[in-house]
Amino acid sequence: MEKAKRVLSGDHFIQGDIACSEGAIAAGCNFFAGYPITPASEIAERMALRQPGLGGVFIQMEDEIASITAILGAAWAGAKSMTATSGPGISLMLENIGLGMITETPCVIVNVQRGSPSTGLPTLWGQSDMMQARWGSHGDYSVIALCPNSPQEMFNLTIEAFNLSEKYRMPVFILTDAIVGHMTEKVTIPKEEDIRVYPRRYTKLPPAEYLPYKPEADLVPQMIKAGDGYHIHTTGLTHDERGYPVMTADCHHDLIWRLINKVKNNQDDIIRLEERYMDDPEIVVVSYGISSRVVIPAVMRAREEGINVGSMRLITAWPFPEERIAELSERVKGFVVPEINCGQMVREVQRSCKCIKPVTLLSHPGGDIHSPDDVYQAIAAIAKS
Amino acid sequence: MTETNTILADTHPMKSFLRTDRIPHIWCPGCGIGTTVNAFANAIKSCSIPLDKICVVSGIGCTGRVAGYVNLDSFHTTHGRAIPFATGLKLANPELEVFVISGDGDLFAIGGNHFIHAARRNININVICVNNFIYGMTGGQLAPTTPISAKTSTSPYGNSENPFNLPFLAESSGATFVARWTTYHVKQLTRAIIKALNKKGFSFIESISPCPTVYARKNRLGIGLDIMKFYKENSTVNNKANTREIGIDFQKEIVVGDFVDI
Ligand SMILES: Cc1ncc(C[n+]2csc(CCOP(=O)(O)OP(=O)(O)O)c2C)c(N)n1
Ligand code: SF4
Repeated sequence: MEKAKRVLSGDHFIQGDIACSEGAIAAGCNFFAGYPITPASEIAERMALRQPGLGGVFIQMEDEIASITAILGAAWAGAKSMTATSGPGISLMLENIGLGMITETPCVIVNVQRGSPSTGLPTLWGQSDMMQARWGSHGDYSVIALCPNSPQEMFNLTIEAFNLSEKYRMPVFILTDAIVGHMTEKVTIPKEEDIRVYPRRYTKLPPAEYLPYKPEADLVPQMIKAGDGYHIHTTGLTHDERGYPVMTADCHHDLIWRLINKVKNNQDDIIRLEERYMDDPEIVVVSYGISSRVVIPAVMRAREEGINVGSMRLITAWPFPEERIAELSERVKGFVVPEINCGQMVREVQRSCKCIKPVTLLSHPGGDIHSPDDVYQAIAAIAKS
Repeated sequence: MTETNTILADTHPMKSFLRTDRIPHIWCPGCGIGTTVNAFANAIKSCSIPLDKICVVSGIGCTGRVAGYVNLDSFHTTHGRAIPFATGLKLANPELEVFVISGDGDLFAIGGNHFIHAARRNININVICVNNFIYGMTGGQLAPTTPISAKTSTSPYGNSENPFNLPFLAESSGATFVARWTTYHVKQLTRAIIKALNKKGFSFIESISPCPTVYARKNRLGIGLDIMKFYKENSTVNNKANTREIGIDFQKEIVVGDFVDI
């Protein structure tokens, strides 16, 4: 097969799903395993088209359990790997997402959300897997999840997701939805040399000195790849720095808190927010993903009418910017949270502001989206109160 | 680890293949998993592939613990998912020689779908199934290989479900090498593993193994040695056997051999 161009620099008019695949490829993704599902199939189809020409691997697995597990295996062989699905597929992947977390395996998992639960609304959108991404697999761990709101961001944030997964050695989520996935817009792909790619944190230590789960100062251990002569053991059981199973509460304590703290202690580096009109706002609209695109017209209208309202867009839903919300809650009159679910991230806003200020939820269970007028009315109601 | 164990582990002839710092292992006396690991270690010792390039992937179960004792790049994954993990490893780096070593419940109940698809795709990996006819790790429940009428903790009146005939399943799913031996047939088992190593394609080896602690106890079959005697007296070597006809009935003949080698 003829060698294809890896980074398709230039301006394109493409779907969000396609932009996601191109972002992954630009970040160095050379292994994709997946199972077809609306509205994420286009990501797999693009990978099937592109990977062979790049010398990478595309494989359609027998289900999503196999897909997530295959990308974990591929990562340990040195690949940069990804899978993409929608809610039903994530539900199947959950056990092995936990395996990825506890074995600290870098990879990217894309969820193009649709109306749920169960088969729900296959062709229509939703944002109802936000908490599933955070808490879905059993046990305690931390997650990183990025929420693109345009095809351009599907490209940019997929690169970011790969970089964060390498830096913090963990599976990282892209949480988008059927609108963004299927929306066609202009996407500018930069020149290859302008794309920053975070390399895998391979150890420089010789095998005799290397401990696979001994953390660096930022709590992240260095990695190896299979075949390099390190003869490592890795397991989903609670393990010590050698990677060996240790069935004690003490070892569990150290491992689990490290998994949580490697994200918590580095949250300033991880959290990405887009704040607009936020010079001393009276009201803040907190939104993410596609819902954020109806917020700006509402905010502008309210501002024209003299209401001092700002917009905070969560580019990372997880980790949640608790401290920023807490700080704002001292000063604002209230928050408005539009989301296409029955109230998920709103709980984080309420929790972070310790319920000292009113938080208005604008919810849709899926398949529909708020109008800018809905958001405006909620802003105006708080302003009047 | 006690001092005696350290000394024993340090002088063991297979020392370089084992993580001696993890000995003693968890397996019961008379268990066939260790014998299967020994055959595996002998096989990789006699082949020319550098140990650095050999990986072992296991699922969950008593057999799943194999990955924790071999001194190779080794991955102890989740229940039933060793094969897709191995598929990822192998496809991402085809230079690796990838073995899956896991139990019959792990590979054929929860992981059954992955097995047939890996065989269908003819992924170049080697799957060794320690078949002890039962779920050892969780205390002796029914497996998809439990013979009709055998007792387990979830078939206390005797199993009434048909078991899988593993070599037939492997062959009909597309495996290019299929063998069955018991842990009595250590030499043949070792040779089969070497053949699997040299075979480019999906290889499957069933290692029929005693589980004295749960299978034998629930079915009053004696200790490990009694089961080895049973294997010796009731196994028929037939490399040409039609895999369709070699299903295993409770305490009846076990047909062994290298059945498929294409
Ligand atoms: C998803 C999930 N379900 C159930 C279990 C519990 N479990 C652990 S091992 C096992 C069965 C193991 O049996 P087998 O594969 O035959 O291996 P053996 O212990 O006999 O070697 C089960 C059911 C689990 N670990 N994960
Ligand atoms: S329970 Fe059975 S399979 Fe498990 S270690 Fe003991 S003898 Fe072996």
